[in-house]
Amino acid sequence: MATADQVLKPDFATRRKHFIFTDEHEQLRESIRAFVLKELAPHAEEWEETTFPDWVFRRMGELGFLGLDKPEKYGGQGGDYPTALVLAEEIVNAKSGGLAMGLAVHTDMAMPPILAFGTEEQKREWVVPAIAGQKILCLGITEPDAGSDVAGIKTRAVRDGAEYVINGSKTYITNGHRADMIVLVTKTDPDAGYDGFTLFLVPMDAPGVIREQRLQKLGMHASDTALLAFQDVRVPESAVLGQVGKGFYHIMWELQGERLIGAAGCVAGAQRCFEQTLRYALERKAFGRQIGKFQVIRHKFAEMATKIETARQLTYMTAWRFQNGEYPVREISMAKLHAARVAVEVADECIQIHGGAGYMKEYGVERVWRDMRLNRIGAGTDEIMLDVIGRSYGL
Amino acid sequence: MTTQPPFTQEHDEFRGVVRRWVANELAPHAREWEEAHWFPDDVFAKLAEQGYLGLKYPEEYGGEGGGYLADAVFTEELSRCGSGGLAAGIGAHIGIATPPVWKFGTEAQKQRYLVPAIAGEKIAALAITEPDAGSDVAAIRTLARRVDGGFVVNGSKMFITNGVRAHFYVTAVKTTLEGGHHGISFLIVDRGEGVGAEPIEKMGWHASDTALIAFDDVFVAEENLLGREHEGFALIMANFQWERLLMSLGAVGAMQRAFEVTLAYAQGRTAFGRPISAHQVIRHKFADMATTIEGCRCVTYNALRLFVEGHDAVRQVTMAKLATQRSCFELMDTCLQIHGGAGYIAEYDIERAARDARLGPIGGGTDEMMKEILGKALGI
Repeated sequence: MATADQVLKPDFATRRKHFIFTDEHEQLRESIRAFVLKELAPHAEEWEETTFPDWVFRRMGELGFLGLDKPEKYGGQGGDYPTALVLAEEIVNAKSGGLAMGLAVHTDMAMPPILAFGTEEQKREWVVPAIAGQKILCLGITEPDAGSDVAGIKTRAVRDGAEYVINGSKTYITNGHRADMIVLVTKTDPDAGYDGFTLFLVPMDAPGVIREQRLQKLGMHASDTALLAFQDVRVPESAVLGQVGKGFYHIMWELQGERLIGAAGCVAGAQRCFEQTLRYALERKAFGRQIGKFQVIRHKFAEMATKIETARQLTYMTAWRFQNGEYPVREISMAKLHAARVAVEVADECIQIHGGAGYMKEYGVERVWRDMRLNRIGAGTDEIMLDVIGRSYGL
Repeated sequence: MTTQPPFTQEHDEFRGVVRRWVANELAPHAREWEEAHWFPDDVFAKLAEQGYLGLKYPEEYGGEGGGYLADAVFTEELSRCGSGGLAAGIGAHIGIATPPVWKFGTEAQKQRYLVPAIAGEKIAALAITEPDAGSDVAAIRTLARRVDGGFVVNGSKMFITNGVRAHFYVTAVKTTLEGGHHGISFLIVDRGEGVGAEPIEKMGWHASDTALIAFDDVFVAEENLLGREHEGFALIMANFQWERLLMSLGAVGAMQRAFEVTLAYAQGRTAFGRPISAHQVIRHKFADMATTIEGCRCVTYNALRLFVEGHDAVRQVTMAKLATQRSCFELMDTCLQIHGGAGYIAEYDIERAARDARLGPIGGGTDEMMKEILGKALGI
């Protein structure tokens, strides 16, 4: 017969890692977190003004953090997909959405298509130094007149003998000013519809690549965001990434990984903001007690925790599928949509709980909201996610 | 798609079996039983024939020995019968009334109550809530006074599922007026002299037999004391996590079914020259709903996984319950909206689904109680 002692275990605070993570992942988590807190977080405020410095790439390259899930033959750590999730989660401790984004563009947006579709030579030329943090990468999809409608891009690559000549412009390019190379989406055959796109690996020092203005943004201030122009940029045939005419499909593939990593970052960012706000609510007093002890505030925390938990489980379960070799476009879109919404809602609620302090720069929560707000737009807007999910049901 | 943990391929096969059975044996009667505000008692016998009443229980008591996960599969699939009340009546028997007997009962009690319950010969009800004590369990007033050879029970119990038809009630009583929830004990009360049951009309769950129970000088023998005297609160707490998981699973199943039904409707219904599902706003409603369901499923399965692994999963279970119940009601409302006028008409069943779902944020611990539990877990 069970007794009261066996049944009542008020072990509410137990934390347990999810089954996609092993003890090794937890050790990695600890070491990334220690590095981030010691070497990155102290500069967060400063980098909001200046953007984060290039040495962050070099330092993280030295530590092996830029190639966690990349093959060892290119200098990576050869880890599984969850190691990339660990980085995406722990980097939020740098308290800088812009820094997290700059790194993610490098590791999870620009590198994967080269590894997936590139030649051995291309991998040696770009992935090896990128993993080492010696070269910085960016990815060029969006144009002034083509955002969500990727098929509407106009940047042209025209064949001229053994070379291609590229003309056009790209905007909102993260790392655009600092990058050594851009993975560029171009149109090679304007009459071929979705089969008319080709990716190129374009060195940013090639003649005709013009880094125009530094774009001012709502948040993500630590990242550099560029408007780029390409004027008669000549690249050899060997700069084609993947197959000519398959660029659209290559980039749609790339977006899946980017969205999943983005979802993980949203969950971790929301969790960090939640914890910071919880500490605040237990310190701040009003009407004779800690504000967290008011039932309305307590329930706000309960609701936020629940939202974060659904986003986390959705993300982890999708990552588990991804890791198993499935290509779960529907679930990835769901995770991205849900996690981004949750992160923005949580950040806003955290501002509210902070009251006037939440509106002040000093506390950093307003920055979380400004940074997080991009996640409902970047890597595919909420509306595009809804369209992708809806279409997956044949609608 | 790979089977989602904690389930295995074996569970998937079982899921298919249950789904067919529910579709053939229960779903066709859903409307009739809703209208009758009653489903026949022999549903329990039919369930027992399939072994569905004892999926998680040991074979020595006539169960299938399938563990909690088999029950979880069954619960999720049962919600596809289309009647919240039917699922509730069956669920109350399997999921909340008999587990305390299994977990806390003496061998004799198990033989007398659990074995016939698994065999579908005795129907069980759990009686905790009272007219003046809902979320605040410690406030119950039904009194069991010690007499020679047992107890005499007086008081009333409210919102008791299976209340009219039950053969026995697993009943929370006060055995001492002092000590708040330290004065609670459990008795297994047989239906008989002094036990009255009166059906209650409800917003939804019409097929469920929900009753106000009155105990008027009911003698209960000492041997029917379930668990230790004054330790009844532990018994209540012991099954809360499982009950809330069952509710979460039921909501996930109900949402999935409503989504599918509404999707079929939207693809068949034409407006402005095309299926309404081809309009972007409707497409996005489906995408939103699908995301909600997937999020609820993941959060529920994760809590379930921790629970069956034997961890204390109070936090995760509470979150799953909170997330799924409100989501389910909101989703039913969206499905109703997509149906338009048809959604308001009984024939399409979606108005019933919305009414049925409204109990979710109340039963098994209100949303507000879930938030209190989570607040406590967060140290606030």
